[in-house]
This record gives sequence, C-alpha cells and structure tokens, in this order.
Amino acid sequence: MSKTSLSQSKPNNLPKPKINWSKIEEAEKFAETVKLYRQGKINHDDFRRFRLQHGAYGSRMTDNYSMVRIKIPAGEIYPEQLDKIAQLSEAYSIGSAHVSTRQNIQLHWVILEDVSEIIRGLAEVGLTSREACGNTVRNVMCSPLAGVCPNEIFDPTPFALAVAKFLLRNPLNQALPRKFKINFTCCENHGMARIADIGLIPQKVEKDGKIQQGFKIFLGGGLGAQSFVAHQLEEFTPEEDLVYTTIAVLRIFDRMGNRENMARNRMRYLVNEMGWGKFQTLVLKERAIVRATQSVIVKLEIDKAPEALNKITISSETPSLPSGFARWTKSNTVKQKQNGYSTVFLTLESGDVTANQLRAIAQIAREFSAEGRVRNGFTQDIVFRWVRDDNLPGLYSKLLEVGLANPGALTMASVVGCSGTTSCNLAITNSHRLAKEIQRKFLELKLDMDEDLRDSSIKISGCPNSCGQHEIATIGFYGGGGRMGKNMYPLYLMSLGGRADEQAMLGLMCMKIPAKRVIPVILKVIEIFKSEKKTGETLNSWVHRVISGYGGPNIKSIKDIKQILEPTVVAPAIEVDKDFYADYGSDGGFHAKTGKGECAA
Amino acid sequence: MRCLSTEKTMRITIDADSLRILIRDKSVRVLDIRKEEDYKQNHIPEAANLPLASLLADDSPQKVLQLTQSFGIDDETPVVVYDDTFGALASRVAWTLQYIGHDDVSLLDITYGTWKKMGLETSTDQVSYNKKTHSLKLKPEILATADYLESAKEKKDTILIDNRERLNYLDNHIPGAINIPYRMLASQDNILQPKEDLKKLIQNRNILSNGEMITYCGSVGTLSGLGYYALKTIGMKNVKLYVRSFKEWKSLEKPTESQRDAHYWDLSAE
Repeated sequence: MSKTSLSQSKPNNLPKPKINWSKIEEAEKFAETVKLYRQGKINHDDFRRFRLQHGAYGSRMTDNYSMVRIKIPAGEIYPEQLDKIAQLSEAYSIGSAHVSTRQNIQLHWVILEDVSEIIRGLAEVGLTSREACGNTVRNVMCSPLAGVCPNEIFDPTPFALAVAKFLLRNPLNQALPRKFKINFTCCENHGMARIADIGLIPQKVEKDGKIQQGFKIFLGGGLGAQSFVAHQLEEFTPEEDLVYTTIAVLRIFDRMGNRENMARNRMRYLVNEMGWGKFQTLVLKERAIVRATQSVIVKLEIDKAPEALNKITISSETPSLPSGFARWTKSNTVKQKQNGYSTVFLTLESGDVTANQLRAIAQIAREFSAEGRVRNGFTQDIVFRWVRDDNLPGLYSKLLEVGLANPGALTMASVVGCSGTTSCNLAITNSHRLAKEIQRKFLELKLDMDEDLRDSSIKISGCPNSCGQHEIATIGFYGGGGRMGKNMYPLYLMSLGGRADEQAMLGLMCMKIPAKRVIPVILKVIEIFKSEKKTGETLNSWVHRVISGYGGPNIKSIKDIKQILEPTVVAPAIEVDKDFYADYGSDGGFHAKTGKGECAA
Repeated sequence: MRCLSTEKTMRITIDADSLRILIRDKSVRVLDIRKEEDYKQNHIPEAANLPLASLLADDSPQKVLQLTQSFGIDDETPVVVYDDTFGALASRVAWTLQYIGHDDVSLLDITYGTWKKMGLETSTDQVSYNKKTHSLKLKPEILATADYLESAKEKKDTILIDNRERLNYLDNHIPGAINIPYRMLASQDNILQPKEDLKKLIQNRNILSNGEMITYCGSVGTLSGLGYYALKTIGMKNVKLYVRSFKEWKSLEKPTESQRDAHYWDLSAE
C-alpha cells in the first residue's frame, strides 16, 4: 500500500509574499498624527494630505470615517494576506471588503482613530496602504493574466513589481501635481495600457541579430471628467530604459503639471495642452539626461527567477459534475498558455466580498492554485491562476459552498460599479447597487450565455469622474440628477461604444436615462441589436458599426437608437410612480447633495 | 481596602491550562453556555450546561439566584464560563452572576471551538450538582437602565459604547454612542486581545480610563457583555452594561441617531 492516502491536501511549503511593502512605523505615526489633529495641533489641510498619503480617504458626508485603500501591487495577493484583510474588515470595517478596478482592496467606513490599527495589521503580512491615495504614484497595475496569457510576448509581472518597489516611498513621487497611474498589461487585449498616465505592453524586437526585450510605452491617457487615449512614446523601449523613462515622465509632470487648477492637473491635460509632439520630445530629452546622470546608481531590482509551482495533491475525481458547471466554465475560465492549466475568474457583485468569502478564497488558493496565491483583476474581480483543468469541478464545488460560483465573470453580466453613494463624497447616485441589480438581472435572464454579448461590457460611475470607467464600456453610465417639477430623480448619462483595446476610444454620449429605467433600456438596446445584427456580429461590433456611420438596415446612427428609447425614459408624475424618484437603496427623497472631492488634495 | 485587594485577585479570563488544573482539583464550577444539543454532543469535562436561553427566559435576580444555587454554586465557588460564540454568551452569564453578587467568575479565554481545535479533552457525561445556598447581594453599579442612560446623558465623562457591527451602528444608534464592534476585541485565538493591545485601541480613540463607561448592543447584552469585560480587563473601574440594550431603547421610542445620506448597506456582500 502506498502512503498517498495520508498525504495532506494542503501543501506545506506555500509561497510566502516575496516583497514586504509595509513599514510598521507608519502605524504608530498615523495614530500619533490623528491625536495631534484632534487636539488641533495640525491643521485640516495638512492632516488630509498626510491621511491620503497613507491611503485613508474621507467618507461620504463625514471626516470621522475613512476608506482605507490597500494596494495590491501587480494584483498579487497571498492567502495569509487575504485572511488578514478578512479579519481587519470584521474588526474595523463593515465585514465586507471591496475589490477596486485598480487592483486595490478597500475597507470602508473605518473610524479614523482605528486606521492605524489597519496599517499595523497589514504590516504583519507585508501589505501597505501607503500612496494608495493622494498626489502620488498609485498602485502599479498588471494584467491578471500576465504570465499565463496565450497572447503575451513575455510576463511583465516582475517589471510591474520592480517599478512599484522602486517608486513606493520614493521622494520623486510624494508631492506630484496630481495622482499618477501606471498600468502593465500582458497583451493588447487584456488590460488598460491606453487609459493610464503610463501604460506598458511587453514587446520583443530583433536588433543586430539579437532578440531584445522591452515595451510599447503609452503616455498621457486617462479617464475622468475629460478623458484621453494615450500616445505611444516610441516604436520600442528596451527594458533597460523602463526605469529612466518612468523617472523622466514623472520629473516632467512634477515640474510642469498644473498645480493651480485642480480640475485640470492630471498629466493627460499637460500632454493635451502642450501637444503630443512637444511632450514626446521633452520626455526623450529628459530621459537622456536621467540615463546619463543616474544609470550608475538607479536600477530596477527585477526578480526574474522562474516561479516554483506547488504540487497540487488533491484528488481530481469528482463523482458527478456539479450543476451549473458547464455554464460557469464557459463564462469564468480561460485556458492558459501552459497546457493543462486554467485561470478562473470570480464573479463578485460590484467587487464586494465578505470576510468569510475572503477566507474561503485564501483556502481555495492554497488547495487549487499551483502558484498558491491569487490576483485581483481590472474589473473588481478575483482570479485564481494555475488551476489544473481536471480540478475545475472540485474548485467550482468549493465556490458553490461559499456563494461565489456565479457565472458571467468574463461576460457582459460582470458589471463594474464604483462605490457611488455607498461611501464616496462626490457621488450623486448609487451606482454600486445599480451594477449589482443589472448583474442579477443578466444572470436571471441567462444573458451570460449569449455569445453575441460576450465581448461587451457595462460600467457605471456615480458621477462624471470615471472611477467606474464608464467611458471604456460598450454601454457606460454616469450618475446625475433630473428634475420633474419640484421633484428630483436619479438618472444616468448613457454612452455607447467605449473600448480600451487596440482601437481604444471613449464612448459617445447618447442620452439621459432615469436610474429606474436603466435596466429596461439596456434590454431594449440588446433587442434593437438582435433585430439589426449581421451574421457573426456581436453587440460590441454592432455598436461600433453604428457609431462609425455604417449603421443599418434600420438603425443608422445613435440618433435612431435614442428615438426608440425616448418613450422608456419619460418621467412619470410622482403620484403615479413614487419609486421612480428614489434611488436604489432608498425609499425616496433623492437629492444631488455631494461633499468635497479628496483625490485632488 | 481589603475589599479592593480581593477584587484584584479576581481574574476576568482564565486560560485553558489553568482551567484544566482547576477541573482536575475539582475546585471549580464550569458552565457551558451553548445550546443543549451542542452540549450533549460533547463539552469540557465536568461542565454543566446552562444554555443562554434558559437564563434569558427569566433573568430576574431571584430566578438567577435559584439557577446559580441549582448548579451547586455558593458564595465561594469559583465559576468559569465558556461558549462557542466569541465569548459573548459566556460574558452575559458572567455579568449576570456578578450582578447578583457572585464575584469569582471568569471567562475561558478561548471558545469551545478553539478548545477542540487544540485537541484538549472533552466529555459526553452529563453532570449534576447538589444544590447549594448563595446569598443575594445586588451590584447596581454594574447595571445601566434606559432611565439611567437618559440621566447620564448630561454627564460629560460618561462614554456610551455600541458593540454592534459597523453597519448596524451607522444605521441607527443611541445618540452620542461611539462604536467599538465586538470583533475588534478578539484576537486570532482568544476571545479578548492581550491587555496591552486593547489598551492601545482605547487610547487611539482618546478614551480616558477614569470616566464612566456604558456598553450596549442589539438586544440582550451579549456582545456588549464581552465589551464590558474588555474594558474591565484593561483596568477600567466604572463600567456598566445596558443589559436590555438597543432593542429596549427602540421599543421605548427613545431618540436615535444615524449616519445619513449614504447607502452603506449596499457595500455589504451579504
């Protein structure tokens, strides 16, 4: 008899976090500073700057609560870190955590005086919230498929981690004119290289008979009240120049960015006002100086050691396939470039996850992922990689037990919604809840199964600032207020045709949709598409055909879509339909009251 | 002064090994506060079952006294209580015993779940005890009522603590209360964090140790019972439990306060 029956299902040598991002002293410093602030020894503005630098945002209508944004550089998070976040969310937050669109994990409604204890707890597992808010380089993102993507040229993860490590607490980025975002992607299709301040896509070229590794670097993109698609700096940037290019861009932005006008101080405005040609020349010149003066001392520490994979010892035998498995596999898993392995995406509702679910995710990662950790993605989701294909039914069964087995992760049913009026000072509408409602409706109608909708997306922001990334959605919405007589009601501005891939473009504004009509309108748009579509056409490609002026047979332009939707969006009298005037999550009394934004502090 | 020194020797929590010694020496009464069916499956050796519901059915001092005596507890018997619900149910029972005048009561510093996980001994034996006599010496200074809360409102150095979860607190709470969710009090393994860590949390909140503290929770004073003992462990002298808690407060239609203009409930994944 072999001893295998005694072998543990939990591997003993689980990988430990490779990089310690934390600095324990910052917890004490934060607690002390809060005390000084409460005693009136630090003024409000200075304190706010300090608080944001340490990753604590203000909350809706109050300064007494914070949202603590935990950075997950490159989206890589280890089981013990998930367990810790679960514990912290129960102790100091609302018992749920929120996965953001920029690979942060946020804890909301934390009492300001308790923030230091979260920083302390995070430090125990090597995590930090430092520079997650404020005028700094925010979390450095990397595609959740990096390293396993069938289309990628090489794995950019070690570079993303190295850049994050180089910049964290670096004096270079402590007081920029405004926040600054860096995104690494694996390939053209999986990521957001063109809507960041610096976006990077791996690339290899042959030079002098030698294969050289490097990046396509995009500069000056970004979403917001005014959004821009980024420009490519040059044909090819060799990897040695990654750090010098980054420094050069940051230095130019630091020097020349607008520090006066808070509404126009992201780098994309600088690029736009200066003109791309001029900006490009400046960057290349600045880089030459940086390279000449700093190349001896400044180097990235890139850990290119190959990953050691765990041996997964769980039995792959499942007596019967759990129901719903086929539907889930189709919409939530991707075959990796490594034969026999899949990547699994979790469908969360607007990125929300309970403490117990986080613990379950940690345990599943230990058991099922050969890399023994998870990533968070770009769409408020969580991703298991390196799952053996024959273990998928087992993993699915585990997800079923903890309510995380919803299908639709990689389809239009996976709706992004920013935090909206659940916690954000700037929000006008409850975009967060609306996203959940749409997702539930889509799953109920099994629209996740519809191939025609698979490459389309819905994204919702609660105000014109694009935290919900509505402008790159096939159907995007941002919140506002409408008025009928003396009564106000929540509404959304709908845009169509946004995308962040190679043909990146921002959605075109279509029309105002009352909050309580958003779902019928989406279903109507799908219905129009179905009657208009050509063979093989998806919703996404149809929308593009229409907005590029090649619409037909009946729908020639967005105007025609608008016309069909007009009757659906008429406001009824309040006596007839009181619910129309109330936002999701409230019984009535909608108003467009907002607080002061903090991102610009 | 002598009275004070006896109080000092009372331990609020007791660790598993110390309890095992007491059990071996048969010098302790152990009360298991879980449901009867859980108790019947297994429990700590020598423990008697006092499901919280039986206590709550009638927690008048007279009735509690009878119950105490029926478990063979006299004025001198050391009592240790435990549960499998964060120590909250055990806290409510411990507080009730102290309220009727039984000082020597401690909380097991781990839950029964942890006891089992540690591989410590369990038993399925039902235990019964001979009835003993216990005196009744009420301690009104550890009890807060709705009326008391109203009167304490005016006092500057009274701090009211809501031990419910954050969302419940944001939704609605007694005016002026601060929120210390019960989950903040525990550590990974123990029902209460080490003293120094608890102290730090309280100091961060700028709460001074000389004032009066009143804890409350949602309905029957369990989570706030744990809150009560957390404050006692760090040496707070004047702590009271509003044992009828927010449920009574609302039913009396007393004023409440809430965090307005935000849909925080929609952030919960539950």
